Parts: sequence; structure tokens; C-alpha cells
Amino acid sequence: MNEELRRIWQQFYDWVVGNGPRPENEVVPEEPPPDLPFAQKPKDKYSRFHEATLKERYNQWLEIHGLHLFSVLYSGLSVLTCLVIVSLLLATVAELPPFGDERNPAHNEVIRRYVEHGGHETGAQNIVAGLILDYRAFDTFGESAVLFTAAVSVLMLLGASRRNSLKDDPSPHSDGEGWDFLNRGPPALRHHVFRQDDAILRGVATLSIPVIIMMGCVVVINGHLSPGGGFSGGAILSTALILAANAYGFERVHSFFNERTFIVSSSTALMIYALSKGYSFFTGANHIHSIIPKGTVGDILSGGLILPLNICVGLIVAGTLYGFYALFSEGDM
Amino acid sequence: MIIVEWLLLLFLIVCAVAVSISKNLLNSVIIFMSYSLVMAVIWVLLRSPDLAITEAAVGAGVTSVLFFLALRKIGRMGHKDKEEK
Repeated sequence: MNEELRRIWQQFYDWVVGNGPRPENEVVPEEPPPDLPFAQKPKDKYSRFHEATLKERYNQWLEIHGLHLFSVLYSGLSVLTCLVIVSLLLATVAELPPFGDERNPAHNEVIRRYVEHGGHETGAQNIVAGLILDYRAFDTFGESAVLFTAAVSVLMLLGASRRNSLKDDPSPHSDGEGWDFLNRGPPALRHHVFRQDDAILRGVATLSIPVIIMMGCVVVINGHLSPGGGFSGGAILSTALILAANAYGFERVHSFFNERTFIVSSSTALMIYALSKGYSFFTGANHIHSIIPKGTVGDILSGGLILPLNICVGLIVAGTLYGFYALFSEGDM
Repeated sequence: MIIVEWLLLLFLIVCAVAVSISKNLLNSVIIFMSYSLVMAVIWVLLRSPDLAITEAAVGAGVTSVLFFLALRKIGRMGHKDKEEK
């Protein structure tokens, strides 16, 4: 019995290693063609007939069927993953409490405090603005700082490559010595892909840009009275800038809003935000009476710090979004 | 009013599927833009006008412009670019 087992094991081992006995009816190939690549040459390590090892057979099979198997597996697994995720999410949604139910866990003393005392504690009629710029002003500060940091890093990355290319190839109008921060080369040198004189675009832009800018200013300044606020108003202002840049060319926008203006206005806005909010946090935490008046709820000059903070956030967002567009489109601001 | 809401939600689903199915990238971006616009209307119906303003300005405005910019950069804006090449 033991002998039998050992013989079977030996056979199995030979089969795995590729060292099996020569089959009776096998036709032996005389000589392998000489142009076979090295890896495919049958090894004559052992005197017996060389069978392909398991690994070689696997590799051969993989070469023939691998791509097909991969694509079948890939599509099958992706469908399976999608189904699993969809069913998990649907099961979670089914477990959620009903929308707007008063016994929901979200309806606790925090939201009651905001709704009941938000008006006279923050001085804002728009309770959302009171939330994000008074109770949760620190979070909004972080968001503005993140936006500003992203824009400045893109500016540094794209500006550095442009700076180097200009240094290597000084244009005839620049002195070629150092980098002029305000005038980065003559405008004619900038490549404009599609700067045709588009009468329709210009006409529509002339009509709509003042309206868009006014709308943006209203949304920013009325942030504590009506829906909207710094972020949405800043986005509207930036679309006006992008439209102007497309209709009249980047040089026209560049004449009043360039990299320097962006850096100065955004850092000033961030600084004002940090200092004023830091003062208000300091006085609030130490129970000192703050000198900032709350005003009557509903007036344009009310809400304490919310109006200036909205203007700061609006400036940062408008500059950043326009800056992204200008940087990615022209490689310059 | 509830019928309008259902119609808008149906439009959202159709848009979301059409964005992924559409072969032309320019069409995809335009459909995505209309998705954001309808989403803004739905935010108003759900009584959150703050979100509606942000969605209309950022979703339908700025992101679409950035998408168009990306399409122009990779030269998939339409037949105009093909003629130039």
C-alpha cells in the first residue's frame, strides 16, 4: 500500500515538474526550429522526454486565452461590484428615517437653538448665512483658505514653467533679465487659439455682463438677508469675468484683474477674515463684550461680521474660479 | 405640483444615464449642464434656495466652462478642431 502511494506520488511529482515518462504514441519532434526564442526552447535537462512544466503550460495557456479571460472576468466582476454597491446603498436608504419626521435624530437641541435664537444671536435674517459665517465661521475660513491655497499652487506650478521658458527664449520686448512681475511679456506673444471677432458673443456679453455682475454683488451683499452668500455670489462674479475674458480677450480682463490683483485681494480678504473672526472668537470665549454691533435684523447693515465676511469670501471665490480658468486656458493670469 | 416634481426627477435620471451613454463628449457636457440646471430647480422645490443658487452658479456655470476648457485642450470640442488638423 505504501509502495503504491509512493509510486502515485512520484508520478504526480513528475507530472508537475514536467519530467514524466514518454507516452507510447507520442511523435517526437526531431529538432526544434532554430529561430525559436530562448524561453520557448524545450529544455533537455533530463534525459527523459521533456514535458512542459505546470508553470510553462500555464504561461502558454495564459498567452492564448489570457486577454479574453481577463475581459470576461473584468466585466463580470464590475457588474457584480456595481450590483453589490447598489443593493447596499438601497438597503441603507430603506433603513433611513422618513424625511422631515420630527422624531429624527437630527432634530435635537442644536437645531432648536439655531432656529429659535439664531436671529437675535447672529443678527442675520438668512439663518444659513448665520450658521456658516457665525456659528460655524471657522469651517468657512478653512474652506476659503483651501481654495486660495489651491489657486496659488496652480499659479506657482504653471507660472514656474512659463517663467523658465521665457528665460530661455527672451522675447524682443522684454529685457530678458530677471522676471517682471507685472508685465509678463507683450500680449501679442500669447497664443490665442480661437480669438476671432465674434459679433454675437460680444453683443450678448455687453448686454449680460453688467447684469451678471450686479446679480453677483446683490447675492454677496444681501447674503445675510436673502438666500446666497459669499460662495455663490463669488461664483456668479467669476462667471462674469470668464465671459468677459472670452468675449473681449484676456488682455482686457488682465488690465484690471491680473495675478498681482488676485494675490493682493485674496490675501487681504483672508487676513481680514482671520483677524476679525479671531477677535470675535477671543471675545466670545473669554466672555468679553464685543464691540461689533449686531444691528436690527433685516437691515442691510446688520448681522455683525457676516456682511464683511461674505464680501471676503466672495472676493476669494471669484478670484480663484476665474484664476483656474485663466491659468488652464492661457497658462497665465 | 407633485407631477412636476416627478417629471423633473425623471429628467434627472434620463440625463444621468444619457451622460454616460453619449458618445460625443461635447454632448455629455451639455447634458450634464442641463442636469445641474434641473437640479437647481429641484433644490428650490425642496425649499433650499441657498443650494439652488450655488448649484446654478457652480454646477451649471463654472464646472461646465472648465469641462469645455478641458475638451478644447484635448481637441475633442467638435468638428472645428478636426478641420484645423
